[in-house]
Amino acid sequence: MSVSTPQHRPGPAAGAAVLRGASMLVEALKREGVEVIFGYPGGAVLTVYDALYDAGIPHILTRHEQGAIHAAEGYARVSGKPGVVIATSGPGATNLVTGLADAMMDSLPLVVITGQVATDLIGTDAFQETSTLGITMPITKHNYQVRDVAELPMTIKEAFHIASTGRPGPVLIDLPKDITNAMGLFDYDRPVHIPGYQPTIVPNRLQIRKIVAAIKQAKRPVILAGAGVLHAGAHEWLRKFVERVRIPVVHTLLGLGGFPASHPLFLGMGGMHGTYAANMAMYEADLLINIGARFDDRLTGNLAHFARQAKVAHIDIDPAEIGKNVETDIPVVGDAGEALKMLLEEDATPGDYADWVEYLLNLKREFPLWYVPDGKTLKPQRLIEMIHQMTAGDAIIVTDVGQHQMWAAQFYPFEKPRRFVTSGGLGTMGFGLPAAIGAQIAARDSRVFAVLGDGGFQMTLQELIVLTEYQLPVKVVIVNNTALGMVRQWQELFYSERYSQSLMPVQPDYLKLAEAYHMKGLLATTEEEAERALREALATPGPVLVDCRVTPDELVYPMVAPGKGIHEMVGVKP
Amino acid sequence: MNRILSVIVNNRMGVLNRITGLFLKRGINIQSITVGPTETEGLSRMTIVLNVDSERTTEQVIKQLHKQIDVLKVFDITEQATVTRELVLIRVAVTPQTRAEVTGLIEPFRASIIDVGRESLTIQATGRTEKIDALIALLRPYGIKELARTGITALTRDSDTVNEVARLNKANVVVL
Repeated sequence: MSVSTPQHRPGPAAGAAVLRGASMLVEALKREGVEVIFGYPGGAVLTVYDALYDAGIPHILTRHEQGAIHAAEGYARVSGKPGVVIATSGPGATNLVTGLADAMMDSLPLVVITGQVATDLIGTDAFQETSTLGITMPITKHNYQVRDVAELPMTIKEAFHIASTGRPGPVLIDLPKDITNAMGLFDYDRPVHIPGYQPTIVPNRLQIRKIVAAIKQAKRPVILAGAGVLHAGAHEWLRKFVERVRIPVVHTLLGLGGFPASHPLFLGMGGMHGTYAANMAMYEADLLINIGARFDDRLTGNLAHFARQAKVAHIDIDPAEIGKNVETDIPVVGDAGEALKMLLEEDATPGDYADWVEYLLNLKREFPLWYVPDGKTLKPQRLIEMIHQMTAGDAIIVTDVGQHQMWAAQFYPFEKPRRFVTSGGLGTMGFGLPAAIGAQIAARDSRVFAVLGDGGFQMTLQELIVLTEYQLPVKVVIVNNTALGMVRQWQELFYSERYSQSLMPVQPDYLKLAEAYHMKGLLATTEEEAERALREALATPGPVLVDCRVTPDELVYPMVAPGKGIHEMVGVKP
Repeated sequence: MNRILSVIVNNRMGVLNRITGLFLKRGINIQSITVGPTETEGLSRMTIVLNVDSERTTEQVIKQLHKQIDVLKVFDITEQATVTRELVLIRVAVTPQTRAEVTGLIEPFRASIIDVGRESLTIQATGRTEKIDALIALLRPYGIKELARTGITALTRDSDTVNEVARLNKANVVVL
């Protein structure tokens, strides 16, 4: 088969310059408006780094390639723009694998450049050679290997286009070293034309009308809003639509912030650790309108009990998501914002379901999220509440994965979009700290909190130095229960309290660690200490690390046990 | 159940890997796959025979194939009027006594002998899968020394012809 890339190669436009491959890359990144690169140099990308030396594009040198790609994810989540990553061949590329898989699952736009050994060495098991293309194929939206410098400009242009349109995702370009050295014509003005990639943006109006008709007939409707709303920038349209039709809203974990948490029609997050009201709404609904969520198993619980009585309408830009897990009555392929606009145009009006809404709002009042203060220990939920109060609910909260992640989702109500950065689909421990770096760079003036577990923090803590080096005022809060809390919770509930390898009683001295990384370190073991420490952290201009020793055996409730239906929640009340 | 998918893809490095990787991720076994160039330069046709357990799996596979940027078109041609063919090469053991018998046996299959040895014949046959299966079954008692099948490749029938046949069927003019 013939090698390599772009689909379209007519003659060059006037004014195209002859450039070295590496300079083409830099020039293309500038044309794409790239504000920052997250990366780590190495042998195969030396020419690229030479071109970056005086290119004027800020570059964040993380201390591990995994840190670079998670930072780019955090940046993409907060800014909505593609995060750009550069790493070298071989180990540089393999260290990106977790981040690629994470971005693929959570639909984050990334453009990832990996170095590769020179084309004449490919396939010879050369030093730092690995089949990056083969390894990353199932965990990228698309990937390329450039075998001819003439194809480099359009490959980069296509990569940005594919990463940021349709359902966003990571796109990787594997760049052999000789290509970065070769001279070629830099023509970036041709339009992108990819016959095999034509995402449907505007939905079919007839399908939208079916939803409008279904709303009119519904007695128990509910809206499930996912991250698709955020990717589409459709939060305002969602609010308008909800206020028009008066249907309560459930969010997915990654959808949080798409609809204001303080809104009376908001029922909270659904799923395994969602609210009782949200889950019962989906369980009992006769019309479920899914806007940009993918019916993940952590949301639906046992499918045999999920929305069984409901007519399901599913709006998704990715047709492959529709009907994948839940049978759909009204499929709508398109952008969430376009669909919501069209729903408003089609004069969607409420049906006769005021009693149902009242019933759900009663459930919301009767079964709020809860925890029981014990007057001694620092409750992790209280810690999150304090952060919420002290930041007036306006901080960007970046989490790792586990119990603290669920508590952050439960006890930090988000009013605005792009304020919650978390690893949803892949559940990547070690995501939080580097993602906070990217989040702070995307929103320099925002208050960024990295809320991390002691387990996940120790997976990527080397990135602390990045906060110091680039003066990023991230407040790192370790929700320290000296355990892998979620693993421990499952062992307590489902494995007869046999805490196999989930306890970490021996902990590093985080205050000394903070000192070693040239930042302020604070310890909190009680609520009072936590309040003082958080205030001090907020008053400190630079990065601060706060080691919060929380109640060690606290569990995340309420909970849908694995295999159970969403109506079978346990721990809905103290 | 077997499904036959006809997939038009860019003729490009790694495309086969993209397609097979997609089946691997979903734990679907590929019965056969054939790939070759089409009438359009730069495009290849893959004919994939899958054994899947449900309609939903088939639908999901087709959607996932569509998502691949190097995939231009996907057709599930299982239920459609198609011409499907596969090719088989069989080296069968013969003795001076059975040589003529085998030669006679394969004749109705319009198979041909493409290599002759002292103790074997190599037979080539093309046709639908059932025909190939029947030929193999008939030759097995003689001793099949080696066998290679290509797996099927397929095209849908000319739509005019299909429509005409349907019309004639409806009018009871011919019974096919």
